[in-house]
Amino acid sequence: MSTVVGASLKGIGTGAVPVLEIRDLAVSYRSGDEFQRVVHNVSLQLRPGEVVALVGESGSGKTTTAQAVIGLLAENGRVDSGAIRLNGTDIGRWSQKRLDSIRGSKISLIPQDPTGSLNPVKTIGAQVAEVLEIHRQGSRRQIEAQVIDLLARVGLSEPELRARQYPHELSGGMRQRVLIAIAVALRPSLIIADEPTSALDVTVQKRILDLIDGLRKEYGTAVLLVTHDLGVAADRANHLVVLKGGRVQEQGPTAEVLASPRSEYTRKLLADAPSLAKARHVRRAAGPRPGTGEHAIVVENLVQDFRLDGGRGTFRAVDGVSFNVPRGTTHAIVGESGSGKTTTARSVVGFQRPTSGRILVDGIDVTSLRGDGLRQFRRKIQLVYQNPFASLDPLQTIFQIVEEPLLNFDPMPKEERVRKVHAILERVGLPQSVIGRRPRALSGGQRQRVAIARALVLGPQVLVLDEAVSALDVTVQARILELLDELQQELGLTYLFISHDLAVVRQISDTVSVLHSGRQVDSGSVEDVFLHPGSPYTRELIGAIPGQRSLAHACASTHFIGAAQ
Amino acid sequence: MTSLNTTGRSLLPNDALLFERSSTATNAHHTNKAASSAGRRLAILWKIPIGLALSWFVMAVVVLWALLPGWFTSHSGTVGTARQQLRAPSAEHWLGTDALGRDLLARIIYGAGNSLSGAFVAVGVGLVVGTALGLVAGSARGRVDGAIMRGVDVLLSIPQLLLSLSIVILLGFGTVNAAIAVGVTSIASFARLARSEVVRVRASDYVEAAFGSGGTFFRVLLRHILPNSLTSVIALAALQFGSAILAISTLGFLGYGAPPPTPEWGLLIAEGRNYIARAWWLTAVPGVVVILVVLSANRISQSFGKVRT
Repeated sequence: MSTVVGASLKGIGTGAVPVLEIRDLAVSYRSGDEFQRVVHNVSLQLRPGEVVALVGESGSGKTTTAQAVIGLLAENGRVDSGAIRLNGTDIGRWSQKRLDSIRGSKISLIPQDPTGSLNPVKTIGAQVAEVLEIHRQGSRRQIEAQVIDLLARVGLSEPELRARQYPHELSGGMRQRVLIAIAVALRPSLIIADEPTSALDVTVQKRILDLIDGLRKEYGTAVLLVTHDLGVAADRANHLVVLKGGRVQEQGPTAEVLASPRSEYTRKLLADAPSLAKARHVRRAAGPRPGTGEHAIVVENLVQDFRLDGGRGTFRAVDGVSFNVPRGTTHAIVGESGSGKTTTARSVVGFQRPTSGRILVDGIDVTSLRGDGLRQFRRKIQLVYQNPFASLDPLQTIFQIVEEPLLNFDPMPKEERVRKVHAILERVGLPQSVIGRRPRALSGGQRQRVAIARALVLGPQVLVLDEAVSALDVTVQARILELLDELQQELGLTYLFISHDLAVVRQISDTVSVLHSGRQVDSGSVEDVFLHPGSPYTRELIGAIPGQRSLAHACASTHFIGAAQ
Repeated sequence: MTSLNTTGRSLLPNDALLFERSSTATNAHHTNKAASSAGRRLAILWKIPIGLALSWFVMAVVVLWALLPGWFTSHSGTVGTARQQLRAPSAEHWLGTDALGRDLLARIIYGAGNSLSGAFVAVGVGLVVGTALGLVAGSARGRVDGAIMRGVDVLLSIPQLLLSLSIVILLGFGTVNAAIAVGVTSIASFARLARSEVVRVRASDYVEAAFGSGGTFFRVLLRHILPNSLTSVIALAALQFGSAILAISTLGFLGYGAPPPTPEWGLLIAEGRNYIARAWWLTAVPGVVVILVVLSANRISQSFGKVRT
């Protein structure tokens, strides 16, 4: 592997001392009296102006590696062996105090969660000034001027106003810009970006990544990008390091890794990444699904107002949305946070009464249902939630969770319930051994399968999936999408798929509605909307899907290789 | 709705963290399994903090006193011996005797039953009534919630001792009445905690999913909301147990609890007070017993809280 690294670096490197060199890094965490190793012999190099992406799933050790570099491992973590050289100096064994002198000035961090990483009781200006004060950069007045300058530099409008504001007054994207301003304030030679955009909407993500890219080019800073999103890594990095279980699976120049992955795991990741997989997985493009022509869901002119807290005003979350979903097909509602997509889904399921408009599910007008009628209606339509950690009762066993819907309707003998639960668990691909366990003992993907089993046990015709795969790792996500596809073909289910992820939507849906600030800006078949977007907003959304830049390149080279063979 | 969506979104990184944590946890679990199970059990015993072990020991002894007082002393708890008044601790009377010649240790041991059952009744009243009120308030919301919680606020605004004294005067003196009076004062804190837990659990996805799968209000209440709200309420009950013993002893000390011949810890302290110059142990020892039991109850309730998180 080292030969691969060496060879690939020759191409890019200028021969200068690498900004960061990690050699045979091993990190372990203490649990009880034992140390559990989570990072094994990771080596990588990062030269000035380069972007290296650490790619992997949750638990792959990518964040731990990044934390070790900046000396911010959790209390129970320790670096067992290996060297971390910053501009040639080994900082792996430095004390926290000594590290303080370089953190912020030579090496800085853009954290993952923009909400949790800013102090809610200090102004933005004060927080940006802090890093300058710590490293004694001039007088108070100079620092103030510098802060305004930095805020303007990272693209915040009205920097003077922002400096006086508190974090809660800013949007997620703006907060991330503030964190970037703090990170670049002293023009460090290395920036560690730990999932800098995972919590952001796709269009905001693109702007933030563009910003980091621009600053990198301008200052010549090296960036260590930690991400689970292969699309993001493919777009932004020169060099990919693929991690799994704390071991480097593969590393090399991005184009090479994408075009001809050497390790089995990388191949799997590439196949499962929806943003990179569009050429392969467009099964829907073959033609319309064998729908029976009748509509399972009809939504006409849906309007949903919410009364604002305190004031007398109302907020219109959904404004005139209409769509029809033929039986046995998948309709996707796409939009960013605040676009009204979840509100629409909840109205369709009957959790809230729309202000006006009509919703027919299987010919039943949902808006007129009350009391027991609404309860009986639940048999027809079920909702699967985004977060499988919150949607399962932690005190119940898997059996109890899946059995519960059966208990709510016509009494059924115990044996039949047991039989049904076993059958549905098998159908969603869960081993029988999970039946007595509690959700805590299951992985995220398994939990989401349990949630799907619970939704299906009543035999509904319509399933509403509210960001049902967004919280899952890419390979797990791919398996769940496959399962949903199988279930649809077998049981003739109709899906209403709510998502912010256009790449996933393209993979699974037949028709799509694009929502923006509660209004439907585009709708139609997936291919129509993606190939001929009717609104500038849809075009922007499609343009922001990560993984497109490199995709063209990778596809071209795959074709080339294919042709050569 | 906007807030709903953003929380959903921001869960992503948290999830990743959880995944990461759970995977390290399971790894650790596997290595642990390799160690022999006997060794593991021993290790678990070692890991129980000494203070917690002592607390359980104190509680166990006191409970045994309450259940089987005859096993621990041959003296009577109520009948004194002639010519044995105000003796200092000796081999026969380990803790000495009081002004009527009754063995102090026997009175403390027999008193455990009164004090503990009083505390149980008090906590029981607070737990049942308070949790019920909190459950109804938290799940019904709206006006019912407002009415119940303002009533609870009124209860909270009256000093506890004053409130329990007023109630015991209304009900009449006696062990059970004193316990009820103490219980009523703790209704407010149980109701507040239960309501906040219920509100939290009610907002969770799994409760909505239960409604979404056709659950009726009461079924969901009993199957999901109540069990998931109870954990911290139980921890509060253990905590209240200690303060209930203290409050009941206070009432006994003031003369509103059990009538005089009955051995009760608060009453013992009050009776001994008259002889504090000649026989200080008559007040000190029952006082120390009350302190130990209250501290132990607190320590144990704290460990419940830790298990939960």
